[in-house]
Amino acid sequence: MDAAYNIARWLTRNERDAEDMVQESYLRAFKFFDAFTGVNARAWLLTIVRNTCYTWLQQNRGRELMTEFDEKIHSEQNEAWDPAAQAAKEIDGRMLTQAIEALPAEYREAVVLRDLEGLSYKEIAEVAAVPVGTVMSRLARARARLKRLLTERLKEKA
Amino acid sequence: MNCEAAQNLLDAYLDGELDPPGRLEIERHMQDCGLCAHGYEERRALQRAVGGSGLRYKAPAELQQKIRFALRREANAEKPSRTVPRRWFAAAASVAIAALALLVVLPFMRGRAGDDLVAREVLAGHVRSLMANHLADVPSSDKHTVKPWFNGKLDFSPPVEDFAAQGFPLIGGRLDYIDNRPVAALVYQRRKHFINVFVWPASSDKQSPATIIERQGYDLFHWTKGGMNYWVVSDLEQNDLRNFVDMLQTEAAAVKS
Repeated sequence: MDAAYNIARWLTRNERDAEDMVQESYLRAFKFFDAFTGVNARAWLLTIVRNTCYTWLQQNRGRELMTEFDEKIHSEQNEAWDPAAQAAKEIDGRMLTQAIEALPAEYREAVVLRDLEGLSYKEIAEVAAVPVGTVMSRLARARARLKRLLTERLKEKA
Repeated sequence: MNCEAAQNLLDAYLDGELDPPGRLEIERHMQDCGLCAHGYEERRALQRAVGGSGLRYKAPAELQQKIRFALRREANAEKPSRTVPRRWFAAAASVAIAALALLVVLPFMRGRAGDDLVAREVLAGHVRSLMANHLADVPSSDKHTVKPWFNGKLDFSPPVEDFAAQGFPLIGGRLDYIDNRPVAALVYQRRKHFINVFVWPASSDKQSPATIIERQGYDLFHWTKGGMNYWVVSDLEQNDLRNFVDMLQTEAAAVKS
């Protein structure tokens, strides 16, 4: 249930709605259990959670879903975000949380499913109902944007 | 590979989602290109920071309680029969919860264990044999040379056949190590493609038909017959490889009988 809650919590960005999403998803899973014919039950359950959250997002945060932007993913030499530099070591959980929460939902879910839940590209593709290539480019753009956000924050701090 | 292409693949490389040739190419590129190597380090640092900062939320304990209650109510609403004691519904709901919980855990355990692990080792063995240029310890197309070579090196004698007439010449044999034991690796060639056949004794006499696993652009067939486990791996076109597998299965049966 942690995986379900985790993804719901990141998509809704608050505890109460996340709990509602998980509860609703479990009820749906229970109801439609007969319809489940696949192999990967975890991906199936996460798909239901994800779709439940998106319905909610559409109703409550309509604007957030208009997202596909073109983040430049190419590396530049960048002082503030040199992994070995002191500044980069000051990135803490709160900064990261804010940066991830600032991502559009599709990018946020890709990062959460990959880096926090450890799903493969194929599983993420199944959950998000997109081709594997889209998962790949979403993750690349999401990480590029995270890096940019964190670099900006580090500069502000300095 | 140029920088543009490499940059687009760095994330997939980081996530272990590239096939072995792709991996090699990008590793080669990074040896020569500081900018891409740096880009990779950045991404790795970021991934570590995300994964290692305790950012994964855990479901509150009350939530499970709440959901159990909701599911029970749901089960009651679905079958509003008064003749069956309410306790039965509670039990049914508990079972449903347990089933759902299992459902989330089980496929993971099943998927990661057993065949999946062996498949990983078999593929690694195949790729290693090609990369290290170490296909055969006994390079020979003569089965009467290859088969006896295993004597004293293994505690079993693998069936060895040459299929040169059918277009799959035997290249040689090699010792490998899979599933915590030394195994026989037989190498065949089909045009420019190599096929590794891994053979070792099965733990039971149970037969199983050939099943296929696709991984990273390779096809892996495996089956159990005549007390032996067989794993066949190659980048050969799937139908071609299937023909080879069919031949191997008939031949092994003919040798036995």
